[in-house]
Amino acid sequence: MKKSMQEMRVVLRNAGKIDPVKVEDYVAQGGYKGLQKALSLSQDQIIDIIKNSGLRGRGGAGFPTGMKWSFTKGVSADQKYIVCNADEGEPGTSKDLQIMKFDPNSLFEGMAIAGFAVGATYGYIYLRYEYPSLFPLLEEALKNARAKGYLGKNIMGSSFDFDIEIRSGAGAYVCGEETALIESIEGKRGEPRYKPPYPGVAGLWGKPTVVNNVETLVNVPQILVNGAEWFKGIGTAACAGTKIFTLCGNVAKPGVYEFPFGVNLKTIIEEVGGGVANGKGLLAVQTGGSSGTIIRADQIDMAMDIDNCAKFGASLGSGSVLVIDDSNCIVDLVNNLMEFFVHESCGKCTPCREGNQRLLEFNKKFVDGVGTQKDIDQMLSLSDTMMQAALCGLGQASPTPVVTAIKNFKDKYCKHAEGGKC
Amino acid sequence: MQQKSCSCSGKPTDAAILAEVQKLASQYKGQPDKLIQVLKEVQAMVGFNAIPKDVGVTIAFAVGIPVKNVYDVVSFYAMFTDNCRGKYVIRICKSAPCHVKGAQEVMDAISEEIGIGFGETTADCKFTLETCECLGICAESPAMMVNDDVYSNLTPAKAKEIIKAY
Repeated sequence: MKKSMQEMRVVLRNAGKIDPVKVEDYVAQGGYKGLQKALSLSQDQIIDIIKNSGLRGRGGAGFPTGMKWSFTKGVSADQKYIVCNADEGEPGTSKDLQIMKFDPNSLFEGMAIAGFAVGATYGYIYLRYEYPSLFPLLEEALKNARAKGYLGKNIMGSSFDFDIEIRSGAGAYVCGEETALIESIEGKRGEPRYKPPYPGVAGLWGKPTVVNNVETLVNVPQILVNGAEWFKGIGTAACAGTKIFTLCGNVAKPGVYEFPFGVNLKTIIEEVGGGVANGKGLLAVQTGGSSGTIIRADQIDMAMDIDNCAKFGASLGSGSVLVIDDSNCIVDLVNNLMEFFVHESCGKCTPCREGNQRLLEFNKKFVDGVGTQKDIDQMLSLSDTMMQAALCGLGQASPTPVVTAIKNFKDKYCKHAEGGKC
Repeated sequence: MQQKSCSCSGKPTDAAILAEVQKLASQYKGQPDKLIQVLKEVQAMVGFNAIPKDVGVTIAFAVGIPVKNVYDVVSFYAMFTDNCRGKYVIRICKSAPCHVKGAQEVMDAISEEIGIGFGETTADCKFTLETCECLGICAESPAMMVNDDVYSNLTPAKAKEIIKAY
């Protein structure tokens, strides 16, 4: 028997080993050593370490974290903020839930280090409404961390103050977009802002604000403790460290798994996930969430890092791997995805508000067996317009499943066009 | 065909409930950024899972913001509504990871069990049935929420049993 793939747990290293709300448990596992180290360094030294480590954002965009921090550090302001994006709304993504459920202190520590590095004394965790059990858990963990001096005034005997507040979402996918999230924390509709200015310069209440994903921030203490070189030694040249993948859909062993970047998608599905469930065949895989790419079964032999996926015409995104068996229909799936985006488009910009609606209408024609080649051409042309002209990432990325489904499953669309079903 | 809704729909809210709303929202006076938190707490407290107009006006005055701001937010977020709902709001996820694992069958089963369609409320105001987008427990799909309780790995039979227990 082949040896099954071993996980490498950096971010989830404490999962199941500690009582998540007890700061003592976290400290016993080496917790808050990263913050202690950070407090002995200068702001520039910390940012250099994060830059050198190659840490990139884990929410989907993959922006270099150290660079993001340096923008905010470089602006002088009476108040700056660290905002943790815990909105995790991308369908097929369950990683931040696991992190916060098992090890909330690792997130607090990451936020405090980020705060010290850029000169922020206050942080917000924007937590999605759909994780009701996490609200009391995080509040309790925050209370305990404050009581032991890891948050609040004069942290660990230093002159650094930092505290964290939790803010709730209320069911809006678009609030995963950083400026929409900021609007929501301000108590408004979650509509994205025009950029520039970027949040790093003018964010929450117009103040310089770092917005980082949960998984990104949890990597930070480990990098401080073990060094940039250690971190660079994990993963690939373009993407250092590990990535948490949410394996879901029609797979035998769905779950949340952490691997170094560069792990093969085929290995994840077949060896870790035990292949397609119930003896069915593999029709497709959607990587990167609902705004990610839909690829064929013969395209899954691919190393998962951000740049390599892009080279293969796929997206890594938030690390979602949705396995779709051959009892499903691609045209139906795309319809489901476009209904999602029609529902979640905030309506502020025309390309997204109208574009998603039209894409759904075009796709519905194929569901009903009346689509034509002209409809396909219009779907692709409209998708192109949306990708270029939409205000935020939602409308820029929502055509991705449409475009990749048409490209990779042309035969299915053709069958539907002729009035048949696939 | 008329949509099924609960009997209290459209009626003014009890003065006693409005007084409670006033008390709760007053704690957030001068903190307009906490509006989502206020709405969340009020919606859970009132018993009909909604922010109808008289409740919204009460919140606006108590917090010290225009009524328009309250409905800006209520109308934007999926978890809020101004339409009176049942004591329990059943939200069944229809996002792709649930969709490919039989979410539709779960929806049909629950709809059959409580005798209403999606967007409707039972006549006794006990249940409102809704679909929702991703609940974030995708490795355990299909999933649903009943108020703040989350259920996963659903089958039509399991979903029916869960609802029966309410």
